Amino acid sequence: MASNPETQPKAGFSHRTLERNITLLGLCSLVAVAIGGIVEIAPLFWVDSTIEKVEGVRPYTPLELAGRNIYMREGCYLCHSQMVRPFKDEVERYGHYSLAAESMYDHPFQWGSKRTGPDLARVGGRYSDDWHRDHLKNPRDVVPESIMPAYAFLAEKPLNAGDMRAHLRALRAVGVPYSDKDIEQANADLALQATQDGDDADLTARYPKSQVRDYDGNPAVVSELDALVAYLQMLGTLVDFKAAEAQEQPK
Amino acid sequence: MPATLAKSGGLFLAMVVALFAMTQAKDAAFAVHMAIMALAALIAAMAVMATANVTATLGRDESVYDDAPVRWGVIATTFWGVVGLLAGLFIALQLAWPVLNLGTEYTTFGRLRPLHTSAVIFAFGGNALLCTSFYVVQRTCRARLAFPSLARFVFWGYQLFIVLAATGYVLGVTEAKEYAEPEWYVDIWLTIVWVSYLIVFGGTVIKRREPHIYVANWFYLAFIITVAMLHLVNNLSMPVSLFGSKSYSAFAGVQDALTQWWYGHNAVGFFLTAGFLAMMYYFVPKQAERPVYSYRLSIIHFWSLIFLYIWAGPHHLHYTALPDWAQSLGMVFSIMLWMPSWGGMINGLMTLNGAWDKIRTDPIIRMMVLALAFYGMSTFEGPMMSIKSVNSLSHYTDWTIGHVHSGALGWNGMITFACMYYMAPRLWKRERLYSLRLINAHFWLVTAGIVFYTASMWVAGLTQGLMWREYGADGYLVNSFAETIAAIHPMFLLRAFGGSLYLAGALVFAWNIAMTIAGRIRKEAPMTETPYNPAADRPLPASTGALQPAE
Repeated sequence: MASNPETQPKAGFSHRTLERNITLLGLCSLVAVAIGGIVEIAPLFWVDSTIEKVEGVRPYTPLELAGRNIYMREGCYLCHSQMVRPFKDEVERYGHYSLAAESMYDHPFQWGSKRTGPDLARVGGRYSDDWHRDHLKNPRDVVPESIMPAYAFLAEKPLNAGDMRAHLRALRAVGVPYSDKDIEQANADLALQATQDGDDADLTARYPKSQVRDYDGNPAVVSELDALVAYLQMLGTLVDFKAAEAQEQPK
Repeated sequence: MPATLAKSGGLFLAMVVALFAMTQAKDAAFAVHMAIMALAALIAAMAVMATANVTATLGRDESVYDDAPVRWGVIATTFWGVVGLLAGLFIALQLAWPVLNLGTEYTTFGRLRPLHTSAVIFAFGGNALLCTSFYVVQRTCRARLAFPSLARFVFWGYQLFIVLAATGYVLGVTEAKEYAEPEWYVDIWLTIVWVSYLIVFGGTVIKRREPHIYVANWFYLAFIITVAMLHLVNNLSMPVSLFGSKSYSAFAGVQDALTQWWYGHNAVGFFLTAGFLAMMYYFVPKQAERPVYSYRLSIIHFWSLIFLYIWAGPHHLHYTALPDWAQSLGMVFSIMLWMPSWGGMINGLMTLNGAWDKIRTDPIIRMMVLALAFYGMSTFEGPMMSIKSVNSLSHYTDWTIGHVHSGALGWNGMITFACMYYMAPRLWKRERLYSLRLINAHFWLVTAGIVFYTASMWVAGLTQGLMWREYGADGYLVNSFAETIAAIHPMFLLRAFGGSLYLAGALVFAWNIAMTIAGRIRKEAPMTETPYNPAADRPLPASTGALQPAE
């Protein structure tokens, strides 16, 4: 088949040694393919620029987390990025470019790879809850050119997120700093955040800037739509870039 | 038969465990998946008992190759290929006409897109890799497959993985990491299957009757080992419950992003490149009846390819929150990767030295040559798109989609079709393929399909990228996002047209393979074909003392 390797053994190293020993060939291949990943990925767990904390970034509330799980379940990340690049047009279109710290509690990350729809990293607060409700029900009612699927079923389905305490516990196991109280109260926190005019003092103390209200216009049930809109409405709202600007460029 | 008893007993036990897990399930999807696993265990147990007399003779007859799993693999490859392309065409049409999302949660683009990507990469591509590797490793080692029962487990276990992954996507079970969507328990199942695959493949290489391990097997081995490494690391996650489908990735944010694209890019590099180069290294020389062009080049390009590929992941994260040094490393290695990639293309194409006339006369060779040409084109386009300034325009647009499909449809698809055409008559002991002339029809349909697909996506990608960054004389952005979607609508229609041509070609292929299996021969003017000597296509006898190169 292949041009035949010389049959005479040569002095020193010869590739023939590898070609005759599958263990050696396999081990050398493993070493060759391990190096790149180790050099590139391992430092990210230590270098400052990827692990530094930024003021305002906090773990998701149980309702936001449930909404985020729906975002993932429906494959939103396949068409929407959550990563604003530092270009003039992107910053003007979507807002301040994304910081590493803003996704430090994202297990997994949802930066995305394709913008069939617009970036959502800073969509929070841009549109009203009503707009989101109409848009998710039938996107073409509010954006005629849209090619997004209709998600009318979200409003119909009661949120069945399971025991949120187990979710928070799993996240704490991989490094998200939920307190014991956060975990204990997870289910109550979820219900509270979707209630109009709920007593939010304790919740906002533990989760600053969390928004408590009935998101889907139907106070009777906590629906999947409540959770998803709660997630969308908090995206990109945690870090106060205005405050940072004032420090960077004193007027 | 104690072995049969032990196996079927173990499978019944597995069924009971799965049924127990089903009763404890925290969510409906997990219950469905456990039911599927229980059913699979039951069918497997019954199959083990029904075929006890066949299994008893397995591995006994060392004078012929063990081709049953290869034959199943050819059928599975053909089947999943058509399914995956159909899913692709459907989601392409959804992007053109969103009403095709049908208003149910199970049929939205978001759930069907992973179904398409996994069906074509892991079901079609994966089965092609499994069955060709079992075919090639036996022939190049002149030895019968090691661990025949395990080899059967690998095949059926892999099909179960596909079914679990596919049903999961439709039910909304996903880890939400591209090309690694299956949840934790499906990942564990795939790990078991994959380790078994390594054992069968490695075991066959160890019992070889040839002194040297042939170059195709280096690529298969690197592919199996690397995919195991990538799969294990990228899928590390913490399940919420042992009886629920949901888990959370072990990594977060920027670390998770680079781990994911280290995985994602090397799923391309090892699943779709190294594995398929292995196919190329066996089937191109066989069909051309020429030796591989350069032994030295194969050594150099093998080691440089597997070493460099791993570094290229960060080019998926240009200008993101990933540190600049990592982005630059990714870009530099991606550009360097151009050379070993073309090393493979050159080694494949130059193998035709002295046999170039076959492009005119042999439709299988013609398909192989175009596959290599597409490999060369997409491995040029890839490094170009990894340059940061090019990427700032191309990233997030359909240009990426076009690039991926020129590689997937052109290189992976065509080389797979060619290998299946080569193997089918030999595996089913037919005089020849049902029709060689139908390969021509297939060839032109898929070639035209790719041209429509990639050209429309280039235009769509450039249009969108340029419109996003367009500023007017007043210093404001000119286009709203919605306007850019309306602008590329015609390109989405052309893409779907190209996809339907490709699917039509794949149906011609499926028809040809099915008729060949059925033993039919189409009456047609003869074309040249590579002669086949069944007497020589068998393992070397074990009694041969010294190891001698066979051919």
